[in-house]
Amino acid sequence: MRPIDPVEFAKAPTMGGSARVSEAVARALRTRLGDTSSHAPARPRDPAPSRAAYRFNRLWLTPSFRFFMRRIAPVLAIAGCVGLWFADADNRMAFNDTVAEVKRDIQNRPEFMVKLMAIDGASGELSEDIREITSLDFPLSSFDLDLPGMLEQIESLDAVAEAGLRVRAGGILQIDITERTPAVVWRGPHGLEMLDVDGHRVAALEHRVDRPDLPLIAGVGAERDVAEALAILNAAKPIMPRLRGLVRVGERRWNVVLDRDQVIMLPEENPLGAMAQVMALDQAKDLLGRDVKAVDMRRPNRPTLQLTEAAQDEMRRLQSVELGVSFR
Amino acid sequence: MTDLYAAQRAMRNMRKAALQRGVVAILDVGTSKIACLVLRFDGDGFVGGEGVGALAGQSSFRVIGAATTRSRGVRFGEIDAMAETERAIRTAVQAAQKMAQTRVDHVIACFSGGQPRSYGLDGQVEVEQNIVSEQDVARVLAASEVPDYGPHREVLHAQPVNFALDHRSGLSDPRGQAGQNLAVDMHMLTVDGAVIQNLLYCIKRCDLEVAGVASGAYVSGISALVEDEQELGAACVDMGGGSTDVSIFMKKHMIYADSVRMGGDHVTSDIAMGLQIPAATAERIKTFYGGVVATGMDDREMIEVGGDSGDWERDRRTVSRSEVIGIIRPRVEEILEGVRECLDAAGFEHLPSQQIVLTGGASQIPGLDTLAPKILGQQVRIGRPLRVQGLPQAATGAAFASAVGLCLFAANPQDEWWDFEIPTERYPARSLKRAMRWFKDNW
Repeated sequence: MRPIDPVEFAKAPTMGGSARVSEAVARALRTRLGDTSSHAPARPRDPAPSRAAYRFNRLWLTPSFRFFMRRIAPVLAIAGCVGLWFADADNRMAFNDTVAEVKRDIQNRPEFMVKLMAIDGASGELSEDIREITSLDFPLSSFDLDLPGMLEQIESLDAVAEAGLRVRAGGILQIDITERTPAVVWRGPHGLEMLDVDGHRVAALEHRVDRPDLPLIAGVGAERDVAEALAILNAAKPIMPRLRGLVRVGERRWNVVLDRDQVIMLPEENPLGAMAQVMALDQAKDLLGRDVKAVDMRRPNRPTLQLTEAAQDEMRRLQSVELGVSFR
Repeated sequence: MTDLYAAQRAMRNMRKAALQRGVVAILDVGTSKIACLVLRFDGDGFVGGEGVGALAGQSSFRVIGAATTRSRGVRFGEIDAMAETERAIRTAVQAAQKMAQTRVDHVIACFSGGQPRSYGLDGQVEVEQNIVSEQDVARVLAASEVPDYGPHREVLHAQPVNFALDHRSGLSDPRGQAGQNLAVDMHMLTVDGAVIQNLLYCIKRCDLEVAGVASGAYVSGISALVEDEQELGAACVDMGGGSTDVSIFMKKHMIYADSVRMGGDHVTSDIAMGLQIPAATAERIKTFYGGVVATGMDDREMIEVGGDSGDWERDRRTVSRSEVIGIIRPRVEEILEGVRECLDAAGFEHLPSQQIVLTGGASQIPGLDTLAPKILGQQVRIGRPLRVQGLPQAATGAAFASAVGLCLFAANPQDEWWDFEIPTERYPARSLKRAMRWFKDNW
């Protein structure tokens, strides 16, 4: 295709236009004067868009294309650049390193450092234990502290009933401990152990004489009913000096063991009532001061006494005196 | 005939698709300018207010883009240099698209060249079942005798203008009426086939789909004539750049169209030749100082024409305004006489109303309203196109009569021959409709 000459845009000479002629004359005059450098008079610029420009213009006015170019294409371009950069393993590693470094810098700022640990409400031995199991090297960033994990660890100690952990202002790790208080000594399969009111193990005991103030319980399943045992002991206060301990029998009922091998057998149900009955009898008739081997309250409406051999003999003698017979 | 049917129906379907999409472009390919309007059809915009009706369909659209550019490569309303015209169309379409901020794919075009010729057709047929059905209308349209309009011509418009049932004439819609003998009068407009082909090819090269083609004479009549004039009978004279179109309307139908192959550009070239000046200067002098009635004052008004020969010192000429008028007037008279001949050929004097409306760019020449009655008769007025929503002020002048008319044409086109049903006999043999008809006849 031949190039289009803008002169053709002018109206044809038949239309009466002499523009081309005059333009040609002017051109000839200019060349005759040797004025080649001066630019030709500006021909009217062709206002028509080129075919490609026209097509592109229409494409640009297409709403879907416009939306794509203005909203989706930039996102794609940025995502593509980032993706290409991350496709290189070195770049990825450098990025991760930088992130980790910045994170570490921030975490290690003095504002976030924990310098010491304060333990409240724990005995010396227990605090030693706590320090041992948490095993923290101060100073330490508070981001590195695993407070829930430490709380679990501390609460797993037998002597700890409840614990609270927090990082106090001034970089102090505050640990509030509520200790378990031992209520009874239990003679179990693993030796002597102290139990609290709920029957939870507090600590092992070397010798009974270490804690003479605590009552002793024994028998299989005794540790599961510490509360009942304590209630029985409470009811047995008047005979406390004589009390040796409580024995769980058959994992269902209690025997109260006194000195002189006296035993008070309590029923399965309502042992407190039976105990109160025995205490009343004791106070009224000094029952336990007599030569009784066992007080059987397993049937509360029919208490039974078991006498010692000597008492039995004495009783028989007295009865024979009463009856006037001798069975010997 | 089937070719014509297919092409025109395809265009009509395209127009429906365009209206569905809501945006359609209007392209007026004239000799002096190419105008492009972008219309948006968005349901019912203005549905009438206090004392104002919903208007005759022009309320359903809004002009959202308008652009006009100097036409290139068009002579006498026909495409002369196709590449140039294509570029001009591209310029106009792109500017209109830019203003509309949207892309248009469908375009409805009009042109005034191609030597339009009018034919009156009539057909007559027996009604089949006493009641006129769609099929009867189709058959009577098919029964119209088509004259031999020449091998290289195409039918541009074919509109049924009148139906007659037995002795009753002047029916606009005979369907459902009882009668025996159905007759139809049709108006058919043919133009040079090559002109249409060139225009369609040009538009196709701009990546646009043609959704309709109309004659410039017809569409400027739609916009410039008021409703009463269309009803009672009037002639619209669209004085364009390269040709002057004449259309005669009666009962809201165009019944005749013709064109005089002279226009405003000839006036310009007369001035350019008479005064020995460039066409651009002549055009400028024509628009600033033009007129057709000289007065004594005009003898004293001197116009600097300038030689533009590069010799500014010696070649400086002036003419008086009366000289310019003396050049313009004979040409305008010649144009108007051509119009007179057209009207005489059409038998305009037998119409009940003799109203003539002058519109188009060349009708803006001062003094035309005193010159025209001397040649065309007393009832002459200068008309401007109807106002449509959103049209820029610059595009409301008489030069935009055909562009505005084309908008109205796009909004509610008149039913043409190919919009009616196809008679059953012409259907392909395997058509389901034909089978249905056979069933109806035999059971």
